[in-house]
Amino acid sequence: MNYNSGDTAWIIVAAAMVLLMTPGLAFFYGGMVRGKNVLGMLAQNYVTMGVVSVLWITGVYSLAFSGKGKWIGDFHQFGLNHIWQQGTGFETLTIPPLVFCAFQLMFAIITPALITGATADRLKFGAWTLFSGIWLVIVYAPVAHWVFSPSGWLFKLGALDFAGGTVVHANAGAAALAVILVIGKRKGWPKERMRPHNVPFVLLGTGLLWFGWFGFNAGSALAANTTSAFAFVNTNTATGAALLAWMLTEKIRDGHATTLGAASGAVAGLVAITPACGFVSPMGSIAIGFGAGVICALAVGLKHKFGYDDALDVVGVHLVGGIFGALSIGLFATKMTNSAGTNGFFYKGGWTLMGHQAVAVLAVVAYSFIVTYILAQILDKTIGLRVSEDDENVGLDLSQHAETAYETASYSDGSRFTSNFAKQ
Amino acid sequence: MKLITAIIKPFKLDDVKTALNAAGITGMTVSEASGFGRQRGHTEVYRGAEYTVDLVPKVRLEVLVDSADVDSVIETIVKAASTGSIGDGKVWATTVDHIVRVRTGERGVDAI
Repeated sequence: MNYNSGDTAWIIVAAAMVLLMTPGLAFFYGGMVRGKNVLGMLAQNYVTMGVVSVLWITGVYSLAFSGKGKWIGDFHQFGLNHIWQQGTGFETLTIPPLVFCAFQLMFAIITPALITGATADRLKFGAWTLFSGIWLVIVYAPVAHWVFSPSGWLFKLGALDFAGGTVVHANAGAAALAVILVIGKRKGWPKERMRPHNVPFVLLGTGLLWFGWFGFNAGSALAANTTSAFAFVNTNTATGAALLAWMLTEKIRDGHATTLGAASGAVAGLVAITPACGFVSPMGSIAIGFGAGVICALAVGLKHKFGYDDALDVVGVHLVGGIFGALSIGLFATKMTNSAGTNGFFYKGGWTLMGHQAVAVLAVVAYSFIVTYILAQILDKTIGLRVSEDDENVGLDLSQHAETAYETASYSDGSRFTSNFAKQ
Repeated sequence: MKLITAIIKPFKLDDVKTALNAAGITGMTVSEASGFGRQRGHTEVYRGAEYTVDLVPKVRLEVLVDSADVDSVIETIVKAASTGSIGDGKVWATTVDHIVRVRTGERGVDAI
């Protein structure tokens, strides 16, 4: 066992940083919901940290990363049995397998947590808890195996996903779309528009996400080396570019650049650079970030056109941004950044890589959408996914948790002293 | 005895308070309020979606005065609260039958 203490130390720290992203996400989302649902949002995210932490160690890690299977792992490392053995294809890693397991756990936590933004304000807490556990096993574990495990079929195909653009973002975005098609719109949407109750929370959450994302992306090098440095710089650059692009889009379209737009743009950039960060050049990351900022800013308007209530734009940001990022590798990947990668179209690599990327995106999105849709239907028909109308009116904080976030009395729309009606 | 109620722009509160103090008014009650008049509301934009917020934040200021002082106090408030733009608020006075100072039990004008 030739473990490298520098690599090991970095990945342990990176794992802790990725864990922090879920509370960050909780505040990013929590600020955007109405004041009567903020605890409900925080609770759904935190309970996911509980559910996944336990299930991952118990068996899901083994299903995702153990063995030679093309489609799914095996039971060899159930209960972290044989955890001293490096997984198939990971033999050259210089960190203990248990560190890799802990690092991957944090990805498995945030992926289902991402879905809660789309389903905001209307899921039963218990139903969400059950859903997140089952989804982890039947959707996340196989998809992570396909893409991240060297035995997985998409990995073998040559599709590149450095840190989870398909596994985490396109996957969660497709699943989010499936669940909201099953549970339907929030009561009153879109006639009654629901204003964010605390934009500063959103920005605070964004800061935590941005920070944690360095662990997510640069940590995905699974070592402290030049690749991790590229991932780090590309992550920051793309995020900055996307923030500017989103605000610029708003300034041109709506007349004002907003703080919520800055936060949304930053997250769109983080999402899009995730699969690409270890394969592209810093100049390429500017193009990816800028593209993601503009495309996602426009994509969040789609829900109004198609009439699906993606409350906090998980589809518009994570599905669209994840797909855009995964496909951008087909254009911008360069072996100058990562010799283990492939050259994309702009680096004389032709369209081969783009083809592989498209297959990976299609496979992950289709699998995630279909399986999640069936799971959501089954749960909805049996235990019921959605709260009662009364509970929705009262808000998740009081109806699901018997708590309120703020001492001040809230009106039915969750706001204080103000009421809003959509401009029709 | 009169109760003067003024609905003003929140950022004008300090000016009004200073002006009333200078005019010899020694007490007042201030609360947060929200509402609309001719100003109506304003528009906010979140991720490209427009929201009309019709109730805008205001400050409600209440002062008890001797009937003889009503006109001058109202004038002081109006002068200090005015910006000349829409949404400056309103001031009105109502007749008050009884006033009691809780600590001393004084009644009427003495309790102002």
